[in-house]
Amino acid sequence: MKAIEVNNLTKKFGDFTAVNNINFDVKQGEIFGFLGANGAGKSTTIRMLIGVLEPTSGDAMVGGYSIMNDSEMVKRHIGYMSQKFSLYNDLTVAENIRFYAGVYGLDGKKYQERKQWVLKVANLENMENMLTSSLPGGIKQRLALGTAVIHEPKIVFLDEPTSGVDPVSRRNFWDLINDLSDAGTTVLVTTHYLDEAEFCNDIILINAGRLVAQGNAKALKTNYIKNPILEIESDRVVDSLEILEKEKWVGETSIFGNYIHVILNDDTITEKNITQLLYEQNGIKIKRIERIIPTLEDVFIHLIEKDNK
Amino acid sequence: MKTIYHFIIKELLQVKRDKKMLVIIFMAPILQLIFLGYAANMDVDIVHTTILDQDKTESSRNYITSLLETGYFQIDYYAKDYNEITELLNDGKTLVSIIIPKDFEKRINRHQPAPVQAIFEGSDASKASIALGYIQGVTTKFSQNLILETKDNLGMKSPISGSIIPEPRVWYNPEMKSRIFMVPGILGLVLMISTISLMSMAIVREREIGTMEQLIVTPVKTYQLLLGKLIPFTLIGFVILVIVMVIMTQWFGIMVRGNKLFLVFAAFLFVLSNLGIGLFISTISKTQQQAMMASVFAVMMPMIYLSGFAFPIENMPQFFQYITYAIPLRYFITILRGVVLKGMGISSLWIEALILFGMGALLLVISSMRFSKKIE
Repeated sequence: MKAIEVNNLTKKFGDFTAVNNINFDVKQGEIFGFLGANGAGKSTTIRMLIGVLEPTSGDAMVGGYSIMNDSEMVKRHIGYMSQKFSLYNDLTVAENIRFYAGVYGLDGKKYQERKQWVLKVANLENMENMLTSSLPGGIKQRLALGTAVIHEPKIVFLDEPTSGVDPVSRRNFWDLINDLSDAGTTVLVTTHYLDEAEFCNDIILINAGRLVAQGNAKALKTNYIKNPILEIESDRVVDSLEILEKEKWVGETSIFGNYIHVILNDDTITEKNITQLLYEQNGIKIKRIERIIPTLEDVFIHLIEKDNK
Repeated sequence: MKTIYHFIIKELLQVKRDKKMLVIIFMAPILQLIFLGYAANMDVDIVHTTILDQDKTESSRNYITSLLETGYFQIDYYAKDYNEITELLNDGKTLVSIIIPKDFEKRINRHQPAPVQAIFEGSDASKASIALGYIQGVTTKFSQNLILETKDNLGMKSPISGSIIPEPRVWYNPEMKSRIFMVPGILGLVLMISTISLMSMAIVREREIGTMEQLIVTPVKTYQLLLGKLIPFTLIGFVILVIVMVIMTQWFGIMVRGNKLFLVFAAFLFVLSNLGIGLFISTISKTQQQAMMASVFAVMMPMIYLSGFAFPIENMPQFFQYITYAIPLRYFITILRGVVLKGMGISSLWIEALILFGMGALLLVISSMRFSKKIE
């Protein structure tokens, strides 16, 4: 069953095409990763899907409702958490929950039940009278997610929910996302962190408004880069990179701290050829050289560079 | 309806929490009313005077005494010559210098006109002309007395037959205190300042912190969102109104002569148009600073100048008089002065009230349309 169906969705701002004819489906209950650089069109797409921005052309079905014709119904059945912190800092935890519950029309027993649930997921039981501004960042983020789904939406959109949150809180936050997904909620999440993308059931990558790749993490790694990738650790990283880039058989290169990744264009080139080039001709000591499975980062850099050409 | 209730509670809680905002909302009107109530005083109670008495006779001394008897003149200096007078006027140490020439008494005795010179520091024209009025009054009375004396001495009867004596009665403000005229206007002023800034800031703030985007994604309707702002701020406007009215009556002793209920109703209409203006400002501002600057410099200052609060509208050039018709504060000040000072009511002020209502409705409709277009 499909929670979201996107058909030829396009958004233009004057001459600028922010989202260019994209298509994808999101299955019920999955965690769907939405990746792309800043300005690639992620937020614009999300804003169309949540019924805030009207598409220039195309349509999408969200939870069974058309965003073109039924955006009010869409709004009733989704939750949304934006990049900006969306709670009132000058209200207490309980007041924020009461307000957003009221906005969604929750009352009486149902309200009490959901309030307790939000307090539980945010680890704020018995602390409901604290001012929201005094909470640590990770807790705030969980509270924001809890309030965003207080009305138990079938689908929830998270726009870079973990930006500016420490790694431990990020991990805790993802546990919460997993819990939501286990309970049957569809989660569409945009992120910059590629390690987070690994947690997603399905991923799409967009660049300059166009869909560049889609599939699960494993499929992306195997389907999009067929050529061998070598990871090389040497004593002169930048020199090695410059020397290798001059060779015809080298495709793309990238630096990761004290080692580099090299995508080869030529299957016949081996580790020996590289050792010979770097050490025997240029005197660079190689500490480690090995063939690796590409990381998501390799795949995305490869795809985006290919797309930009 | 329930949704709007939650909005009102939220808004009032935020106002309560925000100590700075609380001060701005409630303390600022009180202080403004009190400070302006004392500062906006155009009365000339003391005329700082310098005397150059070149005559030094009984008559000249009598003339000086008659100046002092009015209670308005305070003689700070007795000058020796014209140079000293010039210096005192240049330094602004004296408002008027009165020079009694050498043959003052001689001329009186010879029944010749006896001139007295008065030189004014006239940079503040209205102050100088008030002082001039006092001097003319004193001098006329002094010369009348001289005529009476002369006639008495000559044994003539019916001394003042044929002369016309005005019997002035000043209505509404019998002591002619400018404060009594100004304070009701200030009441309108502070009500305008607080409601416009509250409304414009509150919406822009939500946009700045990101909660506006969150609200747009909820099923909340635009009208609910707007009423959720308008109702609490109207309530706050009423609290401010009550506070400033208490200060006006209890502190300044200026009682409301007319119908208080009508005044409160007119204030409600006035607050509506202010909230409309505030809402409009919020749709053209990106940040709270912008909203504040726009409210103060583009909206409130020109409105205050053109409202007739300080400068009479009938003195303005025709073009500016037309502009004043578009200013809600103008009508509210007319109502305030009418009700508070003259005891007027709806029967004579219904046109102003109707215009305020029309302006409020129009401003709110236009701004709401701009607002909903902006969030969609």
